[in-house]
Amino acid sequence: MRTQKVELTINGTTYSGHVEPRMLLSDFIRQVARLTGTHVGCEHGVCGACTVQIDGKTARSCLTFAVQAEGHDIRTVEALGKQGALHPIQEAFWEKHGLQCGYCTPGMLMRAEEFLASNPTPSREDIIEAISGNLCRCTGYQTIVDAIEHAATLLKSQTAEA
Amino acid sequence: MKDQTRRIPASRQREKPGQKTKWIGTDMKRVEDPRLLTGQGRYADDVSVPGMLHAATLSSPHAHARIISIDVSKARALPGVVAVMTGEAVARLTGPLPCFSNPPVEQRCVAIDRVRHVGEPVAIIAAESRYIAEDAARLIEVEYEPLPAMNDPRKAMHAIGEGVLHPARGDTNVAMHRNFSFGDVAGDFARATRVVKRSLRWARSGAQPLETCGAVSEYDSATGKFTIHVNSSMYNYVGWLLAVTLGVPVHKLNIIPTIAGGSFGSKLFIHKVPVISAVLARETGRPVKYLEDRSDNILACDHHGSDRFYDCELALDHNDKMISMRCKVIDDYGAYFQFDIGHHGNALSQITGPYQIGSVEADITAVMTNKCQQGAYRGFGSEVSNYVMERMVDAACSEFGLDPVEFRRKNFIKPEQFPYFIPTGNLYDSGNYPAVLDKALQMLDYDGWRNKQKEARKEGRYIGIGLATCQERSVFSATEFWMLNHEAGFALTSSPEGVKVKIDPTGNAVITLQAPFWGNSPETMATMILAEHLTMDPANISVTYADTDSGIAGTGPGGSRFTVMVAGAIVSASQVIRKKLFLLAAHLLDADPSEMELFDGKVRVKGRQGAEKSIADLAMMAHFFRLSFPDTPEFDTGLDASCTYDHPLTTMPSEDRKDLGIFYPIMGHMCHMPVVEIDVETGKVKFLDYVAVHDCGTIVNPMTLAGHVRGGTAQGIGSAIYEEYKYADDGQLLNANFADYILPSVNEVPPNVRVGHVVTPSPFTEYGIKGGGEGGRMGAPPAIASAIEDALKPFGVKADFLPLTPAKLRGLIRQATANQ
Ligand code: FES
Ligand code: FES
Repeated sequence: MRTQKVELTINGTTYSGHVEPRMLLSDFIRQVARLTGTHVGCEHGVCGACTVQIDGKTARSCLTFAVQAEGHDIRTVEALGKQGALHPIQEAFWEKHGLQCGYCTPGMLMRAEEFLASNPTPSREDIIEAISGNLCRCTGYQTIVDAIEHAATLLKSQTAEA
Repeated sequence: MKDQTRRIPASRQREKPGQKTKWIGTDMKRVEDPRLLTGQGRYADDVSVPGMLHAATLSSPHAHARIISIDVSKARALPGVVAVMTGEAVARLTGPLPCFSNPPVEQRCVAIDRVRHVGEPVAIIAAESRYIAEDAARLIEVEYEPLPAMNDPRKAMHAIGEGVLHPARGDTNVAMHRNFSFGDVAGDFARATRVVKRSLRWARSGAQPLETCGAVSEYDSATGKFTIHVNSSMYNYVGWLLAVTLGVPVHKLNIIPTIAGGSFGSKLFIHKVPVISAVLARETGRPVKYLEDRSDNILACDHHGSDRFYDCELALDHNDKMISMRCKVIDDYGAYFQFDIGHHGNALSQITGPYQIGSVEADITAVMTNKCQQGAYRGFGSEVSNYVMERMVDAACSEFGLDPVEFRRKNFIKPEQFPYFIPTGNLYDSGNYPAVLDKALQMLDYDGWRNKQKEARKEGRYIGIGLATCQERSVFSATEFWMLNHEAGFALTSSPEGVKVKIDPTGNAVITLQAPFWGNSPETMATMILAEHLTMDPANISVTYADTDSGIAGTGPGGSRFTVMVAGAIVSASQVIRKKLFLLAAHLLDADPSEMELFDGKVRVKGRQGAEKSIADLAMMAHFFRLSFPDTPEFDTGLDASCTYDHPLTTMPSEDRKDLGIFYPIMGHMCHMPVVEIDVETGKVKFLDYVAVHDCGTIVNPMTLAGHVRGGTAQGIGSAIYEEYKYADDGQLLNANFADYILPSVNEVPPNVRVGHVVTPSPFTEYGIKGGGEGGRMGAPPAIASAIEDALKPFGVKADFLPLTPAKLRGLIRQATANQ
């Protein structure tokens, strides 16, 4: 099988691998870079579990080939906070019980981060609109909306402090 | 009325409800979350071992066909392919998959000779990458001889010859037919003043967790032992059956659990996936990962939900009291029969709902068709009987002009009647149904909505208010697995839950559970209960999951049993540890163990100021300073306990099955009241309000319980309005992807499901806890059906089948308008 060298910048680190041109970005992230925080739920672009950011915009890594992402800046959930120093959005999901099994969560977080950057004072309707492309089978969404609403408040007070 | 001939075992409750608690009853944030939020949860697909191969399957494109020949030579020749195995090759290394029916229905992880549903594996491949494995699958050439596809159980049950799926079991697709009758059904119908009849339909949907099933297997030829990492539950209960399938002694299989990205029952006991990866590992001598893709999971996960056709009659006396119900049900089980008709056992545990109905009859026909088999999905069949009971109640109200609230209230089992035997012999431990109803009415502002509904109708808007008052049975006992069979195969009676608690030398605790996280909150729950009982700081407690090598008896989550059972086991283990702590401290403080008490992480002598030792100090002494204590065995080194807790309240069924015994007694209750508005032009259902009041006894963590209620409600909305596995006449599944099988998104659920609680503690469980993991999905469908019917009353539309998709609703409205 023909492979080629693919080099990707993920969360500021360069990862390279000899992979088939058809390798999905989701597989590169999980198998080559071994960043397993990005999850795969459907592999056909519907569920949003695999959502990452490419140059600051969310994309479905299961619908993107790894080679297409060369030269772009990729961000995954691992770029947010760490345990003990959670990102305010992660903090808000924890506080508001915005996750149960955690499988949709990384995608939700990446979407929430992008969304709150563009709309720092959203209404609940805005939030609902924003996450309408991400499926969650556990929560019924309400506490995810709560969490993103709360995250907006946390981020605002953070900016105020800074 | 209480039947005195029936025996109620004495309560084994040690921790009484209503005591002052520090952790139980609080919204403690989940201890599972930090690692999940940072992408560090270790799910099945995150397991990676050196040298690991990747598996894919070739799935049957036919619903029903004979396999004439398979040519794998091209696939085998593909570079990167390490092994290709057909059903025959697999059968040389494995036996049938575990099946709990009696007689069993033989299922293989890879089909031999005959395929029985679309998506059934026909060959399996291990290759250097999943990409190559899938390429190889496409190179396999299979010749099939199509057989008649059975799609409709009402026809399949009459098929003979070529249309029979399992000829070895006889020339019929009827897997089981039984009639259960409890009480004087004929007499009650004879004396009834009015009878209402309905034909009801519940279509097939499924759990569809966002994570599919997956396993990584290794086979060590030196020791002859398999190691399987898998996102299955129940492995410490029935995981040993996989060793039987794999043809090795049970101690030559170690199952290591991974956490699961959702289950809702569907990962209760995964069998096909681990066996496929294990047989390939044995064949190749290398570790093998097999992870279902989404279409595998939709087509062949072995866990589709109930698929039933009901004909029901409900009898009322002259006082508008329900006196009897009888129903004929045909259940489409699909191609195999792993759990037998256990789903109907679930139903029979609460078939008469919260009502005083003196007799009941259920005539059950389980039929095999060319579809994926049924398994577990949140409710396990009892969600369907809730729907049926509530539909019949609504039918009686609309047919006889009765008020749905008052009719229910009148027929409720009264608070003073508990514990209460229902006709099937199951016991309801406790309840307060009027209180739940009243709370829901008040939270919703029922009268207010009725007024708004009237106003809206004047403007041509169609608002409907739904009502369902129904049961959430919890904590199954094992008799349910076999008591409905003509002959009990393996009449087990144990469904225990074990925990190990170890206090390390520095005074921190590790709790080991026997089944992993699957989206519930087992670590948080176990932490809270141990912290409560040992007065520890939750930060000093961690939770882990046993593999089968180290695991003790444990059944795992399912049937809303886990919190009740783990609490029982933790109380036992904690009592052992307390006793030892008291013994050690008493010796060190020169007091008697009976004078000791636990307080804030310390053991102290009651009433003696300053005479105390911290758990940490005592733990250090227990682990390392044996000579500081008397030379008697109770002071032996260590501070730990392994305890199993057996079912708190169960009895045997009678020989003739006129009485099923107590098998699902920890009885929760709920009242769901949705308010919907239907766009009669499009059939779209919009939620204007939603109130869900639940009674699950003492609540451990209100925040996570509300999460279960809302998540379950969202799934109930899916089952009621959007979700259905659509099989065509030829047995093709038309919507085997997430674009066509519609899981509710944030747009389809109410923006605010307002959750309320009434607390009626169980007299039989520790602290009075009841299960609460499934209620949302068990209450939402009948409530939504009733709301839709109420909204469309002007059209006379009946909500007698689910799901009521917008397209179907639109059709019903169009039909009704044409008839008017
Ligand atoms: S995995 Fe990419 S959208 Fe579902
Ligand atoms: S938390 Fe499980 S899918 Fe969202």
